Amino acid sequence: MIKLEKVTKVYADGTKAVDEMSFEVDQGELCVFLGPSGCGKTTTMKMINRLIPITGGNIYIDGVDNTKINASELRRNIGYAIQEIGLFTHMTVGQNIETVPVLKGWSKSRRRERAEELLELVRMKPSEFIDKYPNELSGGQRQRVGVARALGTDPPILLMDEPFGAIDPINRVELQSEFLKIQQKIKKTIIFVTHDIYEAIKMGDRIALMKDGKLVQYDTPANLLYRPKDEFVEGFVGADRALKGLQLLRVKEVMTGTYATAKMGEKTEVVRERMEKEGIDWLPVVDNSGRFTGGVSISDLTGGRAKTVKDVITPSEAKSDINAVLNEALSLMLSSGLKTLPIVVEDNRLAGILTFDAIQETLHEAVKTGGTK
Amino acid sequence: MLEAWEFILRRPELLAEWVLAHLWIIFVAIIIAVILGVFLGIFITGKGREQIADSVLYLAEIAMTIPSLALFGLLMLLLGSMGLKSIGFLPAVIALVVYGQLPILRNTYTAIRAVDPAMVEAGRGMGMTERQILFKIELPLAVPVIMAGIRTSIVLLIGIATIAAFIGASGLGVPIFRGIRNARMDLILIGGISVSILALIIDGLMALVERRITPKGLKVGRQ
Repeated sequence: MIKLEKVTKVYADGTKAVDEMSFEVDQGELCVFLGPSGCGKTTTMKMINRLIPITGGNIYIDGVDNTKINASELRRNIGYAIQEIGLFTHMTVGQNIETVPVLKGWSKSRRRERAEELLELVRMKPSEFIDKYPNELSGGQRQRVGVARALGTDPPILLMDEPFGAIDPINRVELQSEFLKIQQKIKKTIIFVTHDIYEAIKMGDRIALMKDGKLVQYDTPANLLYRPKDEFVEGFVGADRALKGLQLLRVKEVMTGTYATAKMGEKTEVVRERMEKEGIDWLPVVDNSGRFTGGVSISDLTGGRAKTVKDVITPSEAKSDINAVLNEALSLMLSSGLKTLPIVVEDNRLAGILTFDAIQETLHEAVKTGGTK
Repeated sequence: MLEAWEFILRRPELLAEWVLAHLWIIFVAIIIAVILGVFLGIFITGKGREQIADSVLYLAEIAMTIPSLALFGLLMLLLGSMGLKSIGFLPAVIALVVYGQLPILRNTYTAIRAVDPAMVEAGRGMGMTERQILFKIELPLAVPVIMAGIRTSIVLLIGIATIAAFIGASGLGVPIFRGIRNARMDLILIGGISVSILALIIDGLMALVERRITPKGLKVGRQ
């Protein structure tokens, strides 16, 4: 647990970079420091591992004042990843990851084992990458190695300063999602600095929104979006906060679970009757074991001499995983032109459907009541 | 030209003596210059020493502009007044150390300053001490550039060392000065050409060392 108590930083020239900042970050939580440049977010982060000396107040790590611990010792127990990554170009990927293990005097075999384990964690094949040099890697790969290196000796706390800031947007989204999956496994206490509101909403369990060295609002992403404390927060999250909320919701929270389906072998008249009775014009089709295979619309079933669903099915690729973020599913609906998006679980089993109506209803509810998370 | 060749055939041991003496002076001078230059170079990269760095580099530059003949003369008088041996090996080595200083000093300084600040910050952030940052990050990365400075320095010294003959030190300057005094073209040629060949050979060898010593990670790359 990290506790900040009236943390203040005044530079020699009198500039107040951080002004009496107080809050706590719970164990295993990912806390995002968010704000415009110059708001003090990086300065605050660097006071935690004492890269920047504190001038007022205290920072406690698991109850211990961090100025009471030897600076190098403190830093070896706090993972550190920065936007510029700073991989050592004269060392191999393996040697880079082993930096802190070496500093802590781990044995050679234990270090190597750990490096391989960490490469696996960031989804890089150890045998292929461990002896490569940073200059032989792509930007995304370097960033992964940077994260792996920060986790070198499995520190309980991780400080990350815009770790995905230098990556192109497509890879960034992927790295963010991957990192969230990793975090579910490793459950570190993380300080994550960013100026990107989307990144903050996606990554954060809690967001500390800062302005001019002061903490403006410290809250969950949902509360920040739907219950902004003042005009600055409202302005910062943007007029499209309802849309940004799409990032907060998972498909499973919005979808309709029980829904009529058509079976591959069913007679067309039977299916048509069912659709007319329910008043819908499209049905997902499943095979005998419940796997999603495509869809039929009512126009396919009227007329013609088709006997079974199998003859008229439109095989469909568009579908969404039940754990996907809502904005990804919505984007898929818009681009594929589907009004009804099939939702699947593992093994392609149909779990339900997602409709525009359901999305609209949920978001409206969220804005009205102030969040769902 | 022919006479020079005949002289070499007649007195090979004399040429060998000059070459060895020449190399010995340079060897001693460069060892001292490297130790001094690298230490000083590291020292002036330290935090808050920007002004010292400027002054030191400026001094080293001025030292290089002093005409070598004048410097040798000055050292002779200076050492003499201190009661030290004022001619021969000692003043020659001192003068060469002064001349060889700048390339080593400047390259050490520039190379360490050129290390990506992100690497230093990452190192510090992971708990490296300042000493570990120097020995594990800055120096390994600076080594190729420092080597290049040493190489420049050596080649420079091979030429300047000939003037040491003027204050009584041995080396390839001896046949040149003797040649000038006695109007002996062959001796001047022997001295001059030997110096050039020596410089070329040593420069080539140093280039190999430089390449060997460059960390592998800096030689590979997808760019």
